[in-house]
Amino acid sequence: MIRFIFKGVIRDKSRSLIPVIIVSAGVFLTVFLSSYFAGVFGDMIDLSARFTTGHVKVVTRAYAENEDQMPLDLALLEVGSLKTQLNAAYPDMEWVERIHFGGLLDVPDENGETRAQGPAIGTAIDLLSPGSTEIARMSIQESIAKGSIPSKPGEALISEGFAQKFAVSVGDEITIFGSTMNGSMMFKTFIISGTLNFGNAFLDRGAVFIDLRDAQLALDMEDASSEILGYFNDGVYNDAKALQVTESFNSSYNVPEDEFSPQMMRLVDQNELGQYLSLAEHMSSIFILVFVMAMSIVLWNTGLLGGLRRYSEYGIRLALGEEKKHIFYTTLLEAAIIGVIGSVFGTVLGLAGAYYLQTYGLNLSGMMDNVGMMMPAVLRSKITPELFYIGFFPGVIATVFGNALAGYAIYKRKTSRLFKELEV
Amino acid sequence: MRKVVVLFVALISFAAFTSPDAKEILDKVDRNMSSKNRIFESSMIIHGRRATRTINSISYSVGNKKSFTEYLSPAREQGTKMLKLEDKLWIYSPSTDRIIQISGHMLRQSVMGSDLSYEDMLDDRKLTEVYTSTLAGKEKLGDRDVFVLDLVAKVDDVAYFAQKIWVDAERFVPLKQELFAKSGQLLKRTEFSDVKQVQGRWFPMTIVYKDMLKEGSGTEFRITSIKFDQEIPEYLFSKASLKK
Repeated sequence: MIRFIFKGVIRDKSRSLIPVIIVSAGVFLTVFLSSYFAGVFGDMIDLSARFTTGHVKVVTRAYAENEDQMPLDLALLEVGSLKTQLNAAYPDMEWVERIHFGGLLDVPDENGETRAQGPAIGTAIDLLSPGSTEIARMSIQESIAKGSIPSKPGEALISEGFAQKFAVSVGDEITIFGSTMNGSMMFKTFIISGTLNFGNAFLDRGAVFIDLRDAQLALDMEDASSEILGYFNDGVYNDAKALQVTESFNSSYNVPEDEFSPQMMRLVDQNELGQYLSLAEHMSSIFILVFVMAMSIVLWNTGLLGGLRRYSEYGIRLALGEEKKHIFYTTLLEAAIIGVIGSVFGTVLGLAGAYYLQTYGLNLSGMMDNVGMMMPAVLRSKITPELFYIGFFPGVIATVFGNALAGYAIYKRKTSRLFKELEV
Repeated sequence: MRKVVVLFVALISFAAFTSPDAKEILDKVDRNMSSKNRIFESSMIIHGRRATRTINSISYSVGNKKSFTEYLSPAREQGTKMLKLEDKLWIYSPSTDRIIQISGHMLRQSVMGSDLSYEDMLDDRKLTEVYTSTLAGKEKLGDRDVFVLDLVAKVDDVAYFAQKIWVDAERFVPLKQELFAKSGQLLKRTEFSDVKQVQGRWFPMTIVYKDMLKEGSGTEFRITSIKFDQEIPEYLFSKASLKK
């Protein structure tokens, strides 16, 4: 029976071509857009995790309330022992210290006086320890535009935009002027070891990277840091595990009466990333729902047109004694075969498109000069196992459902009027 | 009835005769607070959220155009110098041997974590030059009678668009000041106390600044000694003197 119907579908193009194209297009869009949003949201969350939020983050409660202002006076103290305790309690995670500070980047002239200056956003990470994972995590090596990563204390990386604006390059001196943790004036001169271009305005604007130890000395932050970030060793954010770690840490360390006691936050608790993560998770479901509904309506309509076209055929089949139920059943079987063919085509096309975008990406760096959020400059899709079936089943279901709605008209045919209709 | 009217008119005339107008009050305030030049030593006590720090300095100023400050202690700040000429500000750091000019948005930043901004330090003009004033009333502040004045900026280059100022009705020194943005938001509150007579003028020796946009208990600025109309060598107000 299936073979018979399959031959009918293949040989009678007018019966199958339009539905196959519609199903293929719908499945293609579902697969491709699901992979695109999974990729973009995934990259945004990954970028935020690597640069600002970690998988979990430890700060003082007072710091968390004013984080936008980078308040060094509210930083974590005794971070050495805190890190030791974190390493012991959560061995499947890596814990790193970071310092964020604001200030003024000042470029001297030959007399040591200000030649140019501008606001800087400083980040201090472990650049010099052998085996530091921070360079790879923040893609520092890949983002070097000129020069190299600092190899000794007193060296700094600045954004390429900064370097061009102030006409400085590798080997030149810059002074960073700001406030220490205690509020004293901080002046520290660095030699530019290289320039950076992350390709993201949010990261590149006024960026200065220095070694953590240099920052601790300059900012009077001996054994202190703005934050301690925790990363799962497999590099993948796991919300259930993060929740477990956060709850266990906060129950032991967070003292409600002490605004300087450390508190831990999950990635999803920061910068509205929870909403993005939730949106990324639900985007596929939204696509499928819209797809099934829209496709069902379109295929219902196509089925109705097909039903009209095959009105005489159904009449003859009924007149020859075929049961209405059997005609309905064969129509559904035919729809299922069309659905399978369309869904296979759509899935293959969608995966091909997703693979292309995953490999080559969509470079929007030229349009991101004023983007104020942490977004990857090259948008890429992401191929996940669910893409192989995410469009397939809805494609088949929508086709069968649409044809079931249209085919229901078979039951409305009156045998007594069949011969009269067939005379026409 | 006639006696009552006469008495009423007499009282009104007396009140008008004894209460100076707002401009006159502000003039008297300027005469106390501004001078041809002055040298003062001070302690700035900064009450942070975690700790309190005291920074000692000596300042030399001529009118409202030139000033030179050298930080004396603690060791972290010792040798740091600031020079103000007109509307420009330079800071010298002995640790880097660099002179850095502060400009733009940095002028709004806090000086050494205090409740004072560089802009506050720069703007030392007479109140009558910057604001138009109206007398809002007369009231008691503590045990002192005060005039309450509302000031609105008449120039554009001013850090605070409006002020409310409580002026001692007898000594004509400000005892309290509230500084507002154009939106009407209260930005800073300043309280003056320990008013002493120095070389024939009344002067508040302790000023407490409170930045209303930041937490903490404010910054106390105590003048430990002050001298007006002194001989100050001109070379002090040059960039060369910063590195000396």
